[in-house]
Amino acid sequence: MSTLKKLLTASAVSASLAIGLSAVVQAQSLGTPINESQLQGFDLIAQPNGSGYPAGGGTAMQGKAIFEIRCVACHGMTGEGTSANTRLVGGDMQSEERPIRTVGSYWPHASTLFDYVQRAMPADAPKSLSSDEVYQVIAYVLHLNGIIENSLVLNKETLMQVEMPNKDGFIDSSQAL
Amino acid sequence: MTKQDLEIVAANGLINRRHLLGLGLAGMGTLASTSLLGADAGLNLEIPGWSKQPGANASGYGSRSRFTDDMQRMSGNPNPLYPGGGASRSPLHQLQGSITPNSLHFERHHAGIPDIDPAQHKLVIHGLVRQPLVFSYEDLLRYPMVSKIYFLECSGNSGSLFGPNPADGSAQSLHGLVSGAEWTGIPLSTLLDEAGVDPDARWINAVGADAASMGRSIPLNRAMDDVMLALFQNGEPVRPGQGYPMRLFVPGCEGNISVKWLTQIKLTREPTHFRDETSKYTDTRLDRKSQQFTFPMGTKSVITAPSGQMKLERQGIYQVTGIAWSGRGSIRRVEVSADGGRTWADAMIDSHQSEKALARFTIPWQWSGGDAVLQSRATDSQGNVQPTRTSLVTEKGNISTYHFHGIQSWAVNTAGDVANVYA
Ligand code: HEC
Repeated sequence: MSTLKKLLTASAVSASLAIGLSAVVQAQSLGTPINESQLQGFDLIAQPNGSGYPAGGGTAMQGKAIFEIRCVACHGMTGEGTSANTRLVGGDMQSEERPIRTVGSYWPHASTLFDYVQRAMPADAPKSLSSDEVYQVIAYVLHLNGIIENSLVLNKETLMQVEMPNKDGFIDSSQAL
Repeated sequence: MTKQDLEIVAANGLINRRHLLGLGLAGMGTLASTSLLGADAGLNLEIPGWSKQPGANASGYGSRSRFTDDMQRMSGNPNPLYPGGGASRSPLHQLQGSITPNSLHFERHHAGIPDIDPAQHKLVIHGLVRQPLVFSYEDLLRYPMVSKIYFLECSGNSGSLFGPNPADGSAQSLHGLVSGAEWTGIPLSTLLDEAGVDPDARWINAVGADAASMGRSIPLNRAMDDVMLALFQNGEPVRPGQGYPMRLFVPGCEGNISVKWLTQIKLTREPTHFRDETSKYTDTRLDRKSQQFTFPMGTKSVITAPSGQMKLERQGIYQVTGIAWSGRGSIRRVEVSADGGRTWADAMIDSHQSEKALARFTIPWQWSGGDAVLQSRATDSQGNVQPTRTSLVTEKGNISTYHFHGIQSWAVNTAGDVANVYA
């Protein structure tokens, strides 16, 4: 859309709002149409239902090497962490008085691990891992927590089948007033 | 007026708030009239030096008086193992009114503040919509905007009060993750309508352009309500620390969902269960179940002066003042106690009482040099009353430390030292 046309459209939007013709507003668009296919390198959202996962995969065995190079400085050799915030293993929601809440003890979905590591980790160089490396390194984090076998090939399909120990531990309060 | 004319309305020296109306300290008691108003033989006023020479010129960008440079946000040291992560807290004890200056508004970042060129920034709305759209900053500036005054509070604010022992802290260090501002932007519903919401959509998933690509899921019904895409804060473009060039603003709700540096809104059937809505910002109850998506911030107030780590230098009249807010409405009432909650008096609320905004309250108090415990208790327009710390902690436990909104107690000892206590 040309700049002039956008300006004209914008004044039409304000004018129609002023006289309350909100139906007219919906017909005006200042946004530029785009296709989902144009967002493939941009949309990192990966959900529990299996949407949003790239191709690729790998095992915890492969992930160990990545973890030891890219993660241990902040998360410790075996995920024990360098602070409460960076502990990745252990804890028990039922037996401990103040449960240590980690990926292993607390997180309800394995998808969150993929989604988060892909978008935010390693914290000193986010988004620097390939999709294969993300699958492999999170396989290792799951393995350190005793959730999957060393040899399981974690990918789009198998990730959906991973059962997290605290999967039933959450209550959706989003509609509470 | 003499001291006898001051109407004491609650124990330990709380004075009827009507004495705030039209009365200066002159109307307030014997101490005021002797030590503040009595003639001091050694004091002869003269014209000061700055009245005898021209001052500085007008400037392109203003700065504060160098005598107020000690007013600073409080932030931790940079941590190389958490690059850009951390928070800075507003100096509540030094501020007045109900608007926080932008340079002192609290901050919380998960991966630092990105240096975004607005000409390169994009906002995408996609997923379950009729037509995915991308907006430039320039496009967005052309929309009609609304301006509203709202508070913003981190759900971790005051979290240390869940702990078993009271921390030695100030209003700033304990409660400084709350601020108030006028936010200007586009109702999100305008943009969602333009993309055309698919009837199957139930959630929006909002993602920022910071290095953490911080994401949060918000139910569509809430997103279509009073949520805005904020472009301005207190009249100027939102600052980088607050999300420049644009942030989501979800009034009344935990600050983390007002995603900064907003670049993506994806409409979906289900929430994403981002890390910051599963691992963090969730509330584990005593029965070990954890509540997820606990958005509204509780009905709350804090006395900002006198407050922790201050010292009352002399006996006499003080204005007990603070801020109150509620994520569920406006503030209708603030009561203050000087005896640890046994007797209460109504404070004056002197700001506009608008929805989901800070309200400033004040009540005069005569400190006679004894022990006192100052507390404030807010009631909102829905009738929600701020709970005591004990009842809040008994109900919620302290496995999680989000959403603390219990009553704060500041003890004043006979030396005039003010400290955080559990009372
Ligand atoms: C420079 C330090 C650093 C490095 C390197 C790093 N992380 Fe992190 N990681 C952090 C910090 C700090 C947090 C907490 C961030 C926050 O709270 O916002 C975190 C959080 C996490 C979490 C979420 C923990 C929780 O319980 O919420 C996971 C999972 C994680 N990192 C995985 C990884 C993996 C896998 C790697 C290696 C590929 C990695 N990290 C490398 C610093 C680091």
